[in-house]
Amino acid sequence: MATKDAPVNNPMVDPATGEYRVIAPGHTFKSVTEKVSRIVLTSHTPLGWWFGFLLAGGICGVLLTAVTWLFLKGVGIWAITIPVAWGFAIINFVWWIGIGHAGTLISAILLLFKQGWRNSINRFAEAMTIFAVVCAGMFPVLHLGRPWLGYWLFPYPNSMNYWPQFRSPLMWDVFAVSTYATISVVFWYVGMIPDLGTLRDRSTSKLGQFTYGLLAVGWRGSVRHWVRYETASLLLAGLATPLVLSVHSVISLDFSVALMPGWHTTIFPPYFVAGAIYSGFAMVLTLAIPIRKFYHLEDLITIRHIDNMAKVMLATGLIVAYGYSTEIFMSWYSASHWEYFMMWNRMFGPMGWSYWVLITCNIALPQLMWLRKFRVNVGLMFLMSLIVNTGMWFERFVIVVTSLTRDYLPSSWGTYRATRWDYATFLGTLGLFTFLFFLFIRLLPMIPMSELRMMLPQARVREQAESLPEAGD
Amino acid sequence: MPLPEGLYGLMAEFDGPTQLVHAAKAAHHAGYRRMDCYTPYPVEEAAEAIGFHRDEVSLVCLIGGLLGLAAMFGLETWVAVWAYPLNIAGRPYFSWPAFLVPAYEWTILWAGLSAAFGMLALCGLPKPYHPVFNAPNFRNGATSDKFFLCLESTDPKFEAAETRSFLEAQSPLSVVEVEY
Repeated sequence: MATKDAPVNNPMVDPATGEYRVIAPGHTFKSVTEKVSRIVLTSHTPLGWWFGFLLAGGICGVLLTAVTWLFLKGVGIWAITIPVAWGFAIINFVWWIGIGHAGTLISAILLLFKQGWRNSINRFAEAMTIFAVVCAGMFPVLHLGRPWLGYWLFPYPNSMNYWPQFRSPLMWDVFAVSTYATISVVFWYVGMIPDLGTLRDRSTSKLGQFTYGLLAVGWRGSVRHWVRYETASLLLAGLATPLVLSVHSVISLDFSVALMPGWHTTIFPPYFVAGAIYSGFAMVLTLAIPIRKFYHLEDLITIRHIDNMAKVMLATGLIVAYGYSTEIFMSWYSASHWEYFMMWNRMFGPMGWSYWVLITCNIALPQLMWLRKFRVNVGLMFLMSLIVNTGMWFERFVIVVTSLTRDYLPSSWGTYRATRWDYATFLGTLGLFTFLFFLFIRLLPMIPMSELRMMLPQARVREQAESLPEAGD
Repeated sequence: MPLPEGLYGLMAEFDGPTQLVHAAKAAHHAGYRRMDCYTPYPVEEAAEAIGFHRDEVSLVCLIGGLLGLAAMFGLETWVAVWAYPLNIAGRPYFSWPAFLVPAYEWTILWAGLSAAFGMLALCGLPKPYHPVFNAPNFRNGATSDKFFLCLESTDPKFEAAETRSFLEAQSPLSVVEVEY
């Protein structure tokens, strides 16, 4: 879409296409390398970083306290009970893992679609994936009741002579999430090897040279290596794409295989995946907007990125809206008494307020992103990203809690009210996520330098006037 | 094994990818085969120019994926049919549709790990020491903004003085000797 309302002499607008540039004009190989590696290699750590790092570290302390208390007392300190046996633990699990999905979408799916603009946000979106999976993976294990026996989930020869039951979606989850975590880490690390080589060569401290040298595994930029590296990246992207779609589908099967009104529906897998990408893009914006401001990266993470991410959010948000309306339609069209009651209870029951928070945050307010003026306003987009994240958390709250509190038999109905330990654990994982992210932006290159160099106009090989015969045959 | 000594090769430094590809094509045309280009980002044309066309990463990935699929599907079948048969709501012991999901995940897991580690193994990495790092200007540019072509002394056509004058004719920024 052309930016007809943008000023013509704006250097950030490409006169040929009328679109915002992906990278500011005037950059060279050296300048992008310096700009990104300086953030890591400087010996001067900004005060703001220390402030955020220590604050997040303090909130990690809350998590440690909550988890220690849980280990001592058991899951009874949470509000989970019959009928709501899932509660915050599963809500947070689904929310966090959904956030992770946008990182994979940006790094894998957009790579396959040759979306060059993704290059500058790819690395930290992927880091976000890994840290979100760390937070997510904690919840089902803590929810086990005896978390120290979590390894029983894996099939291994044991003295009890038992084996896991592979027909259960909960078992599928173990493989989906563990594969997702492993592949995300591998993809992230492989993508970082050339940049670690750059840091090794540019670092002036002995410790930096040694550590980055170790991590860079001797990368020297040989074109033979680059060809294999490119193949491996494409293959990993091609593998991560069906993987990310399968992970949230499998998670949705945890719900939809159960015979519970509001859960037992075939729309769940696609609508969970769309919701995951929706919330993940919101989280990328929540992280990218302050970081680009703080580290002055407006040249590399431009308005174009924010605009494009807003469009992806708008599209996935509409798929999610379609999912909600299908649920409403099916509860009427199925003519099932239970389904009908479930939807009425969700909208107007004792917890109906949570449904309307969800609709406001996920469906109503995001429609503002149709306006170009809104999408290119960085402050408003930051606010929108927080709104969507809140909305997506409430989506999982509505799915888990409203279905479970009132099922078939009124005599087994109950209610749900989270305890302070529920809130402390959730807040704690937010702290852990931020803490890991602060470490990442200080110690590793958050923007892939080698991919940025490829996007510069001088990176192309120009045709020579005198051409030589084709080599290699 | 004794460490090799003497000259590893001659390294020419270029300012841009176009000059590099041009020089690499010329070297290949002149009959040099044992050579390599070093670039700060993937330059496919340079790989083409030195005659490197195909890599085996995809094959390694495919084999890994198939092994993962077989391993998990086999494990599930063995567990559910022989080792620990459980009657789950009257379903057959060999309920293969349910086994597809973990088998699918392991296909991806093994294929991904094979692609990543296979790529490193085919590249001969990790390899912390390599003679090219001895070139005085290499570490300053190869991973940042300069482009290198190294003609190696093991090439039958390599002859120090002749090769140097050949490289200098390609208008490089500099030509340096690389010692082992």
